[in-house]
Amino acid sequence: MLKDITIHLIDREGISHTLSAPLDIQLNLMEICKAYELPVEGTCGGMAMCASCQCYIESSHSILERSADEEAMLSEAFHVQDNSRLGCQIQMSNAIDGLIVRLAPSE
Amino acid sequence: MIKTDILIIGAGPTGLFAVFEAGLLKLKCHLIDSLPMPGGQCSEIYPKKPIYDIPSHPEILAGDLVKNLEKQIAPFQPTYTLGESAISLVKTDNDNFLVTTNKGTQHLAPVVVIAGGLGTFEPRKPPVKGLENFEGKGVNYIIKDPEVYLNKKVVIAGGGDSALDWTIFLENIAASVTLIHRRNEFRGALDSVEKVQQLKNKGRIQLLTPAEVIALEGNDFLDSVIVNHLGDSKSIECDSFIPLFGLTPKLGPIANWGLEIKKNAIVVDNSLDYQTNIPGVYAIGDVNTYPGKLKLILCGFHEATLMCQSAFKRIYPDRKNVLKYTTVSGVAGFDGSLKEASKSFIKVIK
Repeated sequence: MLKDITIHLIDREGISHTLSAPLDIQLNLMEICKAYELPVEGTCGGMAMCASCQCYIESSHSILERSADEEAMLSEAFHVQDNSRLGCQIQMSNAIDGLIVRLAPSE
Repeated sequence: MIKTDILIIGAGPTGLFAVFEAGLLKLKCHLIDSLPMPGGQCSEIYPKKPIYDIPSHPEILAGDLVKNLEKQIAPFQPTYTLGESAISLVKTDNDNFLVTTNKGTQHLAPVVVIAGGLGTFEPRKPPVKGLENFEGKGVNYIIKDPEVYLNKKVVIAGGGDSALDWTIFLENIAASVTLIHRRNEFRGALDSVEKVQQLKNKGRIQLLTPAEVIALEGNDFLDSVIVNHLGDSKSIECDSFIPLFGLTPKLGPIANWGLEIKKNAIVVDNSLDYQTNIPGVYAIGDVNTYPGKLKLILCGFHEATLMCQSAFKRIYPDRKNVLKYTTVSGVAGFDGSLKEASKSFIKVIK
């Protein structure tokens, strides 16, 4: 059995939540947030076709680069920064254990 | 005044399938949707994306699913109020519901079904200072009548199909068109991207990338937009600013109809018929919630089916209703059409 990883998520009120994420059921960050009932809408269901799960990566973890779809969506999203990512495109893996991430403002 | 048996708010897959199940019970449906076409999210957000969990369709594009549903319900002649949002629900003296849209269209029905998905699609508004002060005074998010832009100086922002398409279209009628996008890359159809490139090369439009509108200026009416282009701020004189960043769903006025709402969804009785706390008002599909709810199209189809049985009992409390299988009884359309299984026959072999 794979060990859960930990994600530190800062919500829009600045409150930090420690999330425990399993690795064996292919979850992404948007889904983990929804499972914890955090205010992430995930309107498009994870297709990188809305920006409701946009977040800012605040730790120095190396994460896979943005895909073309994600890049395109972020180019039309609001409040975008260099460290912006769509939560739905970040798969849970050992490489992101301890990730610190902040939710972008809702649109 | 539009009168019908079942008034469905939301013409996504769940709302469309409800027309079929209602039709089998000889109940007529009318649908209201804020989008100009049926299909909801499937049409607006991901028409070209495949869905893999529709029973008996190993793979189907969301847009094709909508087309098939429209074909399936065609015999039941559904009618539509499209491009309008339902804003009020009022119970009348004779136990009907009066639903009025933002354009004042009135609908009367004994049963109202909310199949509104994640809500009404509204334009995504960029976080530009003072944007809302100029709404309708130079700022528009939707182009209803292109003639309004005749000989006007127009600034469009966005990088998707609508920004590209309207740039191409308005170039013909506006005095000038400036297209502003945060990146050099556009994600619209290749053909549109190339057309815009040609227009730029010929000097018929201004293209500013990577750039962003950061502020608006004007007194009563918009005079100019302030653009950040490669770190420099500059002012562009214009009559119109059209931010085209797609649409996003918001639950909207439904939230104020006295329905029990939990986490942005309508609470229903899933053990029975998906009725809300207002008898005669049902909620099906992604818009509802109950213990164990899954936001799946296939679950919406099931909910629509059970809802129709209950709606029938509400409309005809004294009539008996027996479940009939379409394979046995066929599908008798309101248009006089009849689809039925071919009858087997017996032939003697001599």
